[in-house]
Amino acid sequence: MSDETKSRRIVPIGPYHPLQEEPEFFKLIVEGEKVVDLEIHIGYNHRGHEFISPELTYDQVPFLVERICGICSNSHPLAAVLAIEDCAGIKSPPRANFIRSIIHELERIHSHLLWVGLAGHFIGYNTVWMWAWRYREHILEVFEMITGNRNHYTVNKPGGVRWDIKPEYIPQIHAALDLVEKKTMMLTKAVLDDPVIRARLEGVGILTREQAIAWSVLGPTARGSGVDIDVRRDDPHAAYDQVPWNVIVLPEGDVFAKAKVRLLEIFESVRIIRGCLDNLPDGPIDVRIDEIPPGEGVGRTEAPRGEVFHYIRSDGSNRPIRHKIRAPSYMNIASNVVAVRGGSIADAALTLAAVDPCYCCTERMAAFEDGKMKYSGQELLRLSWEKTEKLREGLGKSHYQEGRLE
Amino acid sequence: MKDLRIWGLKKSPWVYHLAAASCNNCDIEILELLTPRYDVERFGAVLVGSPRHADALLVTGVINRKSLPRVLEVYEQTPKPCLVIAIGTCACNNHIFRNSYNAVGPYDKYIPVHAYIPGCPPKPEAMILGIVKALSKL
Repeated sequence: MSDETKSRRIVPIGPYHPLQEEPEFFKLIVEGEKVVDLEIHIGYNHRGHEFISPELTYDQVPFLVERICGICSNSHPLAAVLAIEDCAGIKSPPRANFIRSIIHELERIHSHLLWVGLAGHFIGYNTVWMWAWRYREHILEVFEMITGNRNHYTVNKPGGVRWDIKPEYIPQIHAALDLVEKKTMMLTKAVLDDPVIRARLEGVGILTREQAIAWSVLGPTARGSGVDIDVRRDDPHAAYDQVPWNVIVLPEGDVFAKAKVRLLEIFESVRIIRGCLDNLPDGPIDVRIDEIPPGEGVGRTEAPRGEVFHYIRSDGSNRPIRHKIRAPSYMNIASNVVAVRGGSIADAALTLAAVDPCYCCTERMAAFEDGKMKYSGQELLRLSWEKTEKLREGLGKSHYQEGRLE
Repeated sequence: MKDLRIWGLKKSPWVYHLAAASCNNCDIEILELLTPRYDVERFGAVLVGSPRHADALLVTGVINRKSLPRVLEVYEQTPKPCLVIAIGTCACNNHIFRNSYNAVGPYDKYIPVHAYIPGCPPKPEAMILGIVKALSKL
């Protein structure tokens, strides 16, 4: 051991620790107080969605992908149904598009408020946590009113939406939005003007624009680093091209900028919802899908954490034969390796949380035997290529039709 | 001595939140319990940072192959007697993940579970009811 590495110590965070509610394992490699490197171990949350999805029919798939993540429980089904609709070559009716946008933005408000609260909790400022989560309740009430459930609202289905926004709901949604907007304004001023919070967040965990592009980060993490990227604007889906709104981009790249982006996005979301409610067209909320022809489809949407991408391959039956999911947190969490380097241990926990990590979204692939990793990355890649080749050969006569599953 | 322990546990249950492989939703609803709308601290329930301080484990999610050893470790670290409350359908019976290759749960295969609160996710009111019922059984 050389002199340089002699003074290095490892600070483990996780897998079960009070800071974050999900299991994950970070190894901080420190020299004194300074963090010099980071190792990220994930896999505690892998449940095998991509394996289960081909066992389900297209109508059931949104229910499954909704359970990827409890916070993005509209983003994943929306991306999945967009992929299914792309595959089937149909378009959802205009009213369904507007309802999708409304629910999607309500979800963004509750997710961003949730993050702001947790960020306050991480820096030991529990007042912010209690405030933010209290006002978040009003959004959950709107969800409960429209869909009957506080979370996992199952609004999307292939061809449209399951729940209509009835005329009597609209004043109540407006009332909730007014309240949340007013309180978020108060919270934003309190958070952004507080000298202690500024001192604690400014200049911490900087991810420069070049690093953000090199690590392919997405969502508010990228927009806080000056990367102007937003799928809602770049690839309009639902009703995003029919109402006015702005993409919030800040150049600083520190935790403070990320917090600011999220807080300001809440106001843009409120604007989108108001625009959608005012212009809500009449008509049916779904169309009938008779057949999904063999082929493939992609769907992408801007989740609160970044772009969610779903790929669906169909063989003409009523189940997908391949469903690939790409969630934004995977790239965002990896960027922590550069963001925490050089900071102090006390800031590390905050920096790790600043990307709004979502491990349930992240963990798409893992193979373990007796608690040890079974395949390396290269082996997995090879297996995946082989599987794709097999699928290509057998497209149209899938093994799912041969009675392997009922 | 055991009676004293149970008396202490009933008065103010300190809870530790253990998410094996959950979708985050039950976990958020557990935190929701602590925030002003539901505020379970008025019943003496406090979320603690270490299983060594806990009287009750609130467990969520299916268990996967990687998190199983950690879950057992956390259970061993918790002082006994402790309550284990399975929150959410995943923790009760694996839910939609029952066919997954990586789900080895549910919890009652490995550790004794005192209360099951089904729902996806259960409403905070249901969680409070479940915890109160589990405590009143002691």
